Amino acid sequence: MRARFVLSEVGNGLRRNLTMTIAVIITVGVSLALFGVALLVRAQVDTMKDFWFDKVEVSIFLCNDNSETASCAGGKVTQAQKDQIEADLESLKPLVQEVYFETQQEAYDRFIVQYRNSPIVDSVTVDALPESFRVKLSDPTKYDIVASAFEGRPGVEQVNDQRQFLERFFQLLGGLQAIALVIAIAMLIVTVLLIVNTMRIAAFSRRRETGIMRLVGASNFYIQLPFLLEAAIAAAIGATLATGGLILVKAFVVDRVLAPAFQFTAFVGWDAVVSIAPILYLTGIALACLAAFLTLRKYLRV
Amino acid sequence: MILFERVTKLYPTQTRPALEDVSLEVEKGEFVFLVGASGSGKSTFLRLVLKEEAPTEGRVWVAGKDLGRLSNWKVPQLRRRIGTVFQDFRLLPNKTVFDNVAFALEVIGKSRSQVQRIVPEVLDLVGLEGKEQRMPDELSGGEQQRVAIARAFVNKPAILIADEPTGNLDPATSEGIMKLLERINRTGTTVVMATHDAAIVDQMRKRVIELEQGHLVRDQSRGVYGYSR
Ligand SMILES: Nc1ncnc2c1ncn2[C@@H]1O[C@H](COP(=O)(O)OP(=O)(O)OP(=O)(O)O)[C@@H](O)[C@H]1O
Ligand SMILES: [Mg+2]
Repeated sequence: MRARFVLSEVGNGLRRNLTMTIAVIITVGVSLALFGVALLVRAQVDTMKDFWFDKVEVSIFLCNDNSETASCAGGKVTQAQKDQIEADLESLKPLVQEVYFETQQEAYDRFIVQYRNSPIVDSVTVDALPESFRVKLSDPTKYDIVASAFEGRPGVEQVNDQRQFLERFFQLLGGLQAIALVIAIAMLIVTVLLIVNTMRIAAFSRRRETGIMRLVGASNFYIQLPFLLEAAIAAAIGATLATGGLILVKAFVVDRVLAPAFQFTAFVGWDAVVSIAPILYLTGIALACLAAFLTLRKYLRV
Repeated sequence: MILFERVTKLYPTQTRPALEDVSLEVEKGEFVFLVGASGSGKSTFLRLVLKEEAPTEGRVWVAGKDLGRLSNWKVPQLRRRIGTVFQDFRLLPNKTVFDNVAFALEVIGKSRSQVQRIVPEVLDLVGLEGKEQRMPDELSGGEQQRVAIARAFVNKPAILIADEPTGNLDPATSEGIMKLLERINRTGTTVVMATHDAAIVDQMRKRVIELEQGHLVRDQSRGVYGYSR
């Protein structure tokens, strides 16, 4: 097999079908860019999950003087009850990673900061707010174990899991993720169809060469190789465009626009871009080769 | 070298077979003319030898191989042992004479040094020395056919198949081409040539096989073109 000969055939082919080659490059570029953005959104959601689930706590609110739940019938929580809860939490290690006791004063300070612009601050006193244990779990999904251990116990007003709220939020994001992925996959299918069509035209316009190749005993592989390489090269150029687009999205949309506007959450890092780029190349080249191979099997028979 | 055993070929779109119950053998080193009216099945015969078509019935053997049992991926190997020449030359218009001939070597993976050595030899043999860098449209019909023969012969094939190679050429040029084919035949290559050219057949006095509406009607050594024109 002579590499130089094959490469010159590939060069001729790419030049001869220049407009179609450009069409393939652009379509591959656009659809892979969409695909890449869908993957980036996915990475973003994962990043947010890590960020938030790392921060979520289970809060065990204790009874104060004006609690109304049944478990608070005995009035304000006693020191003995608190000691018992603390000991029980201790026994739940290693699931319980960290326990922090928040006093009424601390709860009040936090409340004031959180609602500093709201008139409600004026009507709240230190005594109105409950004491609480803030519990951090090594595995936030095992919330139930903690809840069932403390819920309804005398002196405990309520066990609260921030994760339940987050979960709903992430379900919404998951829906968006799915839509992005569906659009990306539809674009990839369009890309395959376009490459199939391009290959058909290329095979037709070069039927004289391929006919002569067959006549002099070139193997099928040798006849099809230039077409496959052309498709792969066009796809690789398209993937490069898509990667460039992804870098722009990360550098400008994420870092310049989104991150400053939403400082309360974390955003995907460059490592996500680095890991998505090879996927784009592989997907593009694999799809192009698949499309070319399927077409050529039909149009360049022995 | 070529053996047809009761071969029938019916194209899917036709009702009358293009070849019917044809049995014949061509020995190694023979020179055979295939004659017959238009549509009598000459090209079909040659396509069967190349396994471009498969027979509907019967068997075709080429160079000791039963083509019916030859798997598709081995067909290129078969074709490397068969050179082909056509009435319309089938050259690549955007390649030089040298590159057209070299193409046949390159697509079967011959090295650059082999190509550089073999191509000029063959171009000399067909009488095209000095015209290596011409483009096909800068050559006469006879010269173009010489390029095609050089390409067919460059692999030193066991069989050379020619489908009306002189069909587009004047008598004098045709004679030159026939001399060339005879020379190639003398190197041991089996030549099968389909033709309508009575003068050539009558002059060469080689074996003549005549087809009529797909039937083999005459097989004559040292024959003439015949009467049923
Ligand atoms: N690919 C094909 N599909 C259907 N029918 C075909 C095909 N090729 C040839 N035929 C038919 O088969 C018959 C024999 O054709 P063939 O080309 O073998 O004749 P031929 O002897 O070479 O004629 P000519 O001297 O004009 O070249 C004809 O009736 C033709 O119409
Ligand atoms: Mg014919």
